[in-house]
Amino acid sequence: MHDQSLELQQQVINALEQKQALTIRGGGSKAFLSPASEYLTLSVQEHQGIIDYHPSELVLTARAGTRLKDIETVLAEAGQILPFEPPQYSDKATLGGTVASGLSGPIRPFTGRVRDFVLGCTLINGKGEIVKFGGQVMKNVAGYDVSRLMVGAMGTLGVLLEISIKVLPAFPVEQHLTQTLSPLQALQTMRHLRSHNLPLSGLAYDGQLLHLRLSGTGSAVSATARKLGGERQNASDFWTQLRDHQHSFFQQSAPLWRISVPPASDVIQVDGDQLIDWAGGLRWVTTTQAAEQVIELAASLNGHARLFRHAAAGQGRLPVLPESLLSLHKKIKHSFDPQGIFNPGQLYSEF
Amino acid sequence: MDKKQLIAALHEILPEALILHSDEAQRPFECDALSAYQRLPLLTVLPDTIEQVQAVVRLCHHQQIPLVARGAGTGLSGGALPDNQGILMSLAKFNRILEVDLDNHCARVEPGVRNLAISEAVADQGFYYAPDPSSQIACTIGGNVAENAGGVHCLKYGLTVHNILGLKVITPEGDLVTLGGACYDSPGYDVLALMTGSEGLLGIIVEVTVKLLPQPERKQVILVAYDEVEKAADAVAKIIAAGIIPAGLEMMDKLAIQAAEDFCHPGYPVNAEAILLCEVDGQNEEVSERIMQLRDLLKPTQPIAFATADSEAQRQQFWAGRKAAFPAIGRLSPDYYCMDGTIPRRYLPQVLKDISALSSQFGLVVANVFHAGDGNLHPLILFDANQPGELQKAEQLGGKILELCLSVGGTITGEHGVGVEKINQMCSQFTTAELNQFHAIKEALDPAGILNPGKAIPTLHRCAELGAMHIHHGQLPHPELERF
Repeated sequence: MHDQSLELQQQVINALEQKQALTIRGGGSKAFLSPASEYLTLSVQEHQGIIDYHPSELVLTARAGTRLKDIETVLAEAGQILPFEPPQYSDKATLGGTVASGLSGPIRPFTGRVRDFVLGCTLINGKGEIVKFGGQVMKNVAGYDVSRLMVGAMGTLGVLLEISIKVLPAFPVEQHLTQTLSPLQALQTMRHLRSHNLPLSGLAYDGQLLHLRLSGTGSAVSATARKLGGERQNASDFWTQLRDHQHSFFQQSAPLWRISVPPASDVIQVDGDQLIDWAGGLRWVTTTQAAEQVIELAASLNGHARLFRHAAAGQGRLPVLPESLLSLHKKIKHSFDPQGIFNPGQLYSEF
Repeated sequence: MDKKQLIAALHEILPEALILHSDEAQRPFECDALSAYQRLPLLTVLPDTIEQVQAVVRLCHHQQIPLVARGAGTGLSGGALPDNQGILMSLAKFNRILEVDLDNHCARVEPGVRNLAISEAVADQGFYYAPDPSSQIACTIGGNVAENAGGVHCLKYGLTVHNILGLKVITPEGDLVTLGGACYDSPGYDVLALMTGSEGLLGIIVEVTVKLLPQPERKQVILVAYDEVEKAADAVAKIIAAGIIPAGLEMMDKLAIQAAEDFCHPGYPVNAEAILLCEVDGQNEEVSERIMQLRDLLKPTQPIAFATADSEAQRQQFWAGRKAAFPAIGRLSPDYYCMDGTIPRRYLPQVLKDISALSSQFGLVVANVFHAGDGNLHPLILFDANQPGELQKAEQLGGKILELCLSVGGTITGEHGVGVEKINQMCSQFTTAELNQFHAIKEALDPAGILNPGKAIPTLHRCAELGAMHIHHGQLPHPELERF
């Protein structure tokens, strides 16, 4: 649990001198998201430790290799949570990997996503310099928002060393309800519920049941539960299983697609099974349909499809960007990593 | 290209009525709300189509002409200050709400739409747009995005960056790029976050997709008064530590309380050293439970007064005093200078004490109004610009206050932006490598350096020259630079 910043910096400097690209790796729990790479591995997984945490500030700063479960344990002692419910596909999931992949869990429509809670970061840039952006305060508009730019960049812009995250108090009470509905009814109900200010923290549909998670003060949760009705599920681990893809839906062998659409979109007409999360905004689909068709379908709904897990190829694929946006990506990449040593091809094959 | 040639080139792009070139016509554009800085642009244009914006940007890119975009000009850091060798582009004509999509909780609006107009347009349907900077009556959404504007409800609802879903941007080379949309996420780099708060240096915003929220069922505000500022600061920490995230949590010091009370009679206890305004919103039951909890929680903090607004009218009245604090304090003095540092909340008592010491040292009165919930301070330095040297003194004191914020791990600006105003303090907040990284981003996106030059990110030479004046602990900042 010691600070490895300088060792990591030295490895980056060496790589720069030898003109050798690096694959940055945390716990490896999300390695399936990107193509396998033949480059030298830069492991951040031992760069661990919570550096600063004052519960009344609602901010936690930790090294990138710190495991999410360790962070959650410390937060729980103070009655706080990571408000974006990051997936932990294994116990090894790290804070750095969470920020780099930018994935958020079922709570996302209600509290926000990873990037909404990133306040600052320290990183090694492509010149081998340790630089720090943002900070430990909630409002900070000094300089460009580099910290949020790191979210979802898959390590292509630098090696994350430390990250400051805004945290929130845990909800005093949580309740899980289910209602048996058709897919169409489920989407309509989600739409209706979203348009009211209700203490919700999850709205998902597994093909048969609409799952509602209520979170808030005791009185608000009971009043809402009475109003909405449905079957109460005590001691259910549905939400964790959904978050971590342990739910039986995710155990199928067909390629898994992650389709992000405007939440009020209709049922997606695609062969195979679907699980709806994010109050309608996220559709998990397992299908053997051709990739081009799925991508096209998502685009026709003003959404985007990402091949998330594909047993055969062992790698995911991101949606293609329009040329003007791809060109912006290349410019941004070049400004952080002029020699292109960080995670080539891990986000897009073009850089 | 001289002015005449430029006008001719612009005539190819815009109708004559949309090009202003006389001093009189351009006078309204010479400054934003930081009126200590004024400058006339060479020319002002008021395009009303995206194609016109694009064509002007391309012209500027090819001819290397500085281009400053501007919304309503309510900014407090001089971000919209024109360049006297360049074009000022007002986006005032882009003032339409293009689409309201309540099913997907969003609206597509043009950049010149006023912040409050968005909430007003959807209020009947039970929705609103959350960020509420104090200028919300006048400020435009394009400017809000450029500055990443905040407001009094940031603690619970976030800044502009948390409340927009998509942008259409004209890049500094003239390309139209669409970022995000109605989905909860978008693939690739978060360019939308990079653009937000980039102060007009990285692109010109021509459309914004804002997030709309369902209005809370109920809002309730409590007013708590203390005889010591420290007690109020402790109360803030207690509220957060108890797991309560108020919709707004504001603090005012004695001078601000008295000024507000004199100005609009909100019913503040004028004998108090500090007051807190704490608003809770949500479901009816939740609000009741939280108010009870707050009452029990704050009893041991020894308030000298504790009041719950007994009607919507009184709730509005409690807020009216806070919202009018700046103009109220403005009446006490010919001029005031508003700072915007943010600090980790636990340093609040210490920083306030230090500000008070600096205030005595400089002989200038400082009133304090702040977003206590998120540690964002707005010290208002009172001065008289007609007294020789007072503006400079106020600026020096302001600089000291910002350095104080930095020394406890804070930032020089929480929501007003750097602009021209805080550009020197950027040298204190960032290292050479960090500033170089900012410049690298700028150069990558704007190779001709046309968009809002000289703002937000200081050149290294500027920092070096300043460094020669402010030597900390015997050590020069940015020691690797040559001094001349």
